[in-house]
Amino acid sequence: MESNQGLLKETWHFYKRTLILVSRGSKIYYAWCFFLLAIIITGLIFYLKQHEMGLIETNMTDQVSWGLYIANFTYLVGMAAAAVLLVIPSYIYQFKPIKEIVVLGELFAASSIVMAILFVMVDLGRLDRVWHMLPFIGSMNFPASLLAWDVLVLNGYLILNLFIPIYLLVKFYYRKEPNWKFILPFILLSIPWAVGIHTVTAFLYNGLAARPFWNASILAPRFLASAFCSGPAIIIIIFQIIRKVSSVHLEDTALYKIAELIAYAMFLNLFLLGAEIFKEYYSGTVHMASFKYLFEGLHHHNALVPWIWSAMAMNVTAFILFLIPATRKRLSTLNIGCILIIIGVWIEKGPGFVIPGFVPDPLGEIYEYVPNLVELMVSFGIWATGFLMFTLLMKVAIPIETGEFSHTEYEKERTYLKHH
Amino acid sequence: MSNKNCSRREFIRNLSVTALAGLSLPLLSSCSKEEVEDFLQKHFLQMTDEEKKQVIAKLERRYLEQFGRKFQISTKEALPETLWGYGLELSRCIGCRRCVYACANENNTSRYARQIHWIRVLRLKRGNLINLEDSEHYYTPETVPEKGFIYLPIQCQQCQNPPCVKACPIHATWQEPDGIVVVDYNWCIGCRYCIAACPYKGRVFNWAEPNLPKDEVNPIVHYLGNRPRMKCAVEKCTFCIQRVRQGRYPACVEACPTGSRKFGNLLDPKSEIRYIIERKRVFRLREDLNTESKFYYFFES
Repeated sequence: MESNQGLLKETWHFYKRTLILVSRGSKIYYAWCFFLLAIIITGLIFYLKQHEMGLIETNMTDQVSWGLYIANFTYLVGMAAAAVLLVIPSYIYQFKPIKEIVVLGELFAASSIVMAILFVMVDLGRLDRVWHMLPFIGSMNFPASLLAWDVLVLNGYLILNLFIPIYLLVKFYYRKEPNWKFILPFILLSIPWAVGIHTVTAFLYNGLAARPFWNASILAPRFLASAFCSGPAIIIIIFQIIRKVSSVHLEDTALYKIAELIAYAMFLNLFLLGAEIFKEYYSGTVHMASFKYLFEGLHHHNALVPWIWSAMAMNVTAFILFLIPATRKRLSTLNIGCILIIIGVWIEKGPGFVIPGFVPDPLGEIYEYVPNLVELMVSFGIWATGFLMFTLLMKVAIPIETGEFSHTEYEKERTYLKHH
Repeated sequence: MSNKNCSRREFIRNLSVTALAGLSLPLLSSCSKEEVEDFLQKHFLQMTDEEKKQVIAKLERRYLEQFGRKFQISTKEALPETLWGYGLELSRCIGCRRCVYACANENNTSRYARQIHWIRVLRLKRGNLINLEDSEHYYTPETVPEKGFIYLPIQCQQCQNPPCVKACPIHATWQEPDGIVVVDYNWCIGCRYCIAACPYKGRVFNWAEPNLPKDEVNPIVHYLGNRPRMKCAVEKCTFCIQRVRQGRYPACVEACPTGSRKFGNLLDPKSEIRYIIERKRVFRLREDLNTESKFYYFFES
């Protein structure tokens, strides 16, 4: 009885302290959070309108039946996969703050997956029927449908990436050394699982014989290569923010190593893309139409052309910046490279990948899709949700890791020590 | 030590229980009884006969209210020893689109914002049949046929090896024993993966609540076919399941002024469709994709 009451007290204490932690911060922190909240609320208002009227509120049609939402989804699955894959080099290169990197990587992956899942949810016409997808309760078409696979692996990945950091953080909260024998297999499992989610997402497109643009076996490797560019690029930037606003210490050399890794990945990405472009243009069959639409424009429809060429320019520039040691090892050029990659890869494997799959459609019709305001605002809302979620998670996780936020017993100790 | 472990576990349990309780509260908001019923409605193939009757009764009430007409909603199952097949004689088709509008009238498709058609007629320059990139979908001449063009009507090809059925993550679409690919409109979640998977553009989506004027409604319907649909569910040609299971021809076959459209049972050696397959030069669209379509195009032999 008594211990139960103690526990309830501890639970209450944890919540209270968490609330205090998230509600207190610098002016910049407040500004950032309210900025995100404003975007989230705007996005939600637009989404409610779409939910009420149906997907007619978007610019999608029977010709281009997936648009900005699924483009963002594809990109974010890559982000989620790459964040965890970063755990491997951090082991190999023996970065000092390894536990921070594991926890940060996994929480970043969890936030990206939440965004990816939200993008699928807003793309569904009938959100009220989403329970039909639940295993055992609904009627999942497993293993035939790749979408059923994707639901399983993405949710499994989300659970894994919440379980590991929560386990570690609770241990740190109790000031206990984590039982590495117990948790390490899960951390190791999350690495092939990360490859798995991106491969399954690639197969989702890859398996459709009706869409020659996607029906290429190079897709899964290309997805992984580009994910290895965009994921680490955003992590380099997040690392710099974290070491600025918290007491976590991260060396510049760790950032340079990650940038070197990005250079290799970007080379592979450009090479695979080149291989695909060669095959399409040299053989020159009618299946080239989508490539032509993307890179040159088709029958005077060329909405994507400036986008894809900017993406190409950004990716190549970033590749060169990260290849040359002098520019890689200077924070200003490093950050420029990261931003170029984040945007360049987004264009290439987001809209630049999803939309040409539908143009021309199987009966040769060309509908030029450009997302409308509803799609843009809902998308911004989801991105803001992910950023806010990650910010708040970090606000709690970092103090736990550095020992500033821990079990009541130790806190008493700390205040005692402080006062004497 | 073990005590500590135990208390830590309970701490985590406490955290999750309180979080779950907080999350489920907004879900307990009030819903009407019919909304709850709709929400919990089972997959058509998992309903008992009694449950089917209740659902039909509910739909009849709803349609009466919505359209002011008494509906006859059939759930008639496939006839034994039947596999439906379709024939279309390209050399006769004049591109008049009477089939398109007969289909819309029969099948209660949305008339405007957005208009939905299950049949699409493509106009092709003579000399070309496979590469559809130069096809014209929205031709509007004074009269048809036009010199120098041929017409290629396309609708769901009722594949025996349907990529859409394979793609659907939740079994909302399946192949009936008579070969017709149907959709449970109440089970579809509107993910549109089937649309991406179909090489014939045989599937269309209700982007908004369908607009079906009261005086244009066809009240003789099948649950898996032409009953009025709802927003954000996918739909497609069913070879007029409500007609063919009652021994009638599909509406497009009846409407064709040139007799280009043929229909029959592939398992019956004496059927017209078997006669065509055995004696004419038939081909199927995109045979290379191994969809095993049951829609045979042919020319005068």
